[in-house]
Amino acid sequence: MTELKVEHLSVSYGDLVGVADISLKVRAGQVVALLGSNGSGKTTTLNAIAGLVQPSGGRVEWSGEPITGKPAYAIVRKGLALSPEGWRLFAGQTVEQNLRLGAITLADQPRRQAMFERVYALFPRLAERRRQLAGTLSGGERQMLALGRALMSERKLLMLDEPSLGLAPAVVSALYDTLAELHRQGLTLLLAEQSILLALRIADYAYVLQTGRVALEGPADELERNEQVREIYLGVATREQQRRSMGTGR
Amino acid sequence: MVIMQVIVGGLLLGAIYALFSSGLTLIWGMMNFINFAHGEFVMLGMYVALLVVVGIGGGPAVFGIAAAGALFALGVVIYAFLIRHVLRGPMIAQILSTFGLALLLRYAAFWFFSANFVSLPGNALSGTIDLGGIFLPVAQVVAGSVAIVLTLLLQFLLTRTLIGSMLLAVAEDPDAATLMGIRPDRIQALAWGLSAGAAGIAGALLATAYPWSPSVGETFGLIAFVVVAFGGFGSVLGSLYAGLIIGLIQAASGFWLGVIYKDVVVYALFVALLWLRPQGLMGKA
Repeated sequence: MTELKVEHLSVSYGDLVGVADISLKVRAGQVVALLGSNGSGKTTTLNAIAGLVQPSGGRVEWSGEPITGKPAYAIVRKGLALSPEGWRLFAGQTVEQNLRLGAITLADQPRRQAMFERVYALFPRLAERRRQLAGTLSGGERQMLALGRALMSERKLLMLDEPSLGLAPAVVSALYDTLAELHRQGLTLLLAEQSILLALRIADYAYVLQTGRVALEGPADELERNEQVREIYLGVATREQQRRSMGTGR
Repeated sequence: MVIMQVIVGGLLLGAIYALFSSGLTLIWGMMNFINFAHGEFVMLGMYVALLVVVGIGGGPAVFGIAAAGALFALGVVIYAFLIRHVLRGPMIAQILSTFGLALLLRYAAFWFFSANFVSLPGNALSGTIDLGGIFLPVAQVVAGSVAIVLTLLLQFLLTRTLIGSMLLAVAEDPDAATLMGIRPDRIQALAWGLSAGAAGIAGALLATAYPWSPSVGETFGLIAFVVVAFGGFGSVLGSLYAGLIIGLIQAASGFWLGVIYKDVVVYALFVALLWLRPQGLMGKA
């Protein structure tokens, strides 16, 4: 069974600790959310799973195979994709070239063609702009392209880092509709989000991170009702809690 | 007619400048890395052509491809054993590494080939050609035309093929490229191979038309820097235009001011350009 298992992951940047101790699990077909404020370790966790940063401790296992510390290009080939924070599109290349780069690991031409068609059907806007440079797209279109690029190689697990960051509310709402649709089609998602309500809307299970540790975890609907979560993240936080959650920036 | 001859001759030499400079601009634009040994790659290409002609014989196609192949391999080896490691070091290490490499290659060539001027013997491309009243050596015409075609091919490779797309992706964002499943080290090795290969074949083309000694690397290295500065860092098409212009300026100033002044004019323009437009003539601000 395909599943991602992270055990006691830790990452440090020199003397700085990015992630202290995180364990999590993503099962096939699930949407799992990583929640937490800026600097709580969400990005570092995803980067460590994807192989962009070297973990200093712990294990990452994918479908029973240890992938801890493997380089990112090798991990991608096992079926894990990360759409990084800030999209990281190739701005100097066209929409079509960006999508084509997303399908590098897909050697089979007919399957690649099918993926192109699927992504263009999902985002007709991208089809219209296929010859346009990625750097000239609007924020919403960039997000579509980032998601499309990550989908291009038929990944088994898609990791999205702050997909809603910097987008207009209407665009974010459309994005989450798309993610929900992809989930219905069977895509497994690990989603890092600051906007908790959005993430809990589509997630099955969620982890709340604080200063590089899992502070809280549980099924999404339970967390939504959880007093602590409501206090910290839904704007009814006490002064003390607010100060604490704001003091966690890297 | 003499003026036309100067102009066409300048453009043909400029086309070869464009070809080896496009190799320098590729590395510069892709990796933000200055290769001071690039002129030595051209020089080595010339000697590879000589060794092939003397050793096994064969026409321009044979020694041209041999020079391109040998220098491609050398570029990859230099990347794997030197560049890859100094990339992790400070800027000064990067600069000194290729500067040291240039000295090593130049003096190795002095040691191996001596400082005497040589030229390609029994050249298949001898004789002159009549281009509507302009008389030019066949070697120059062939070398210049081939250089233009190859430079355009490099531009095509970069902008219209998947390999080019991968090269540009690694240039723009190595981490994001890795997330696509690309190995940046392999792509960078390829870029070094292409860069040195372009210099090598340009050297072989130059060898058909001009005599040389191991110190030509220094001259061509400088010219490549001037061309890249004119054309914009990282732009192959810019290198093509700039190479042609530099070739033209050199030929014209050599004709009107005397051969010993042709480089003075080029370098004076170079300094003036850096002063007025530091981003290059065609580069973006």
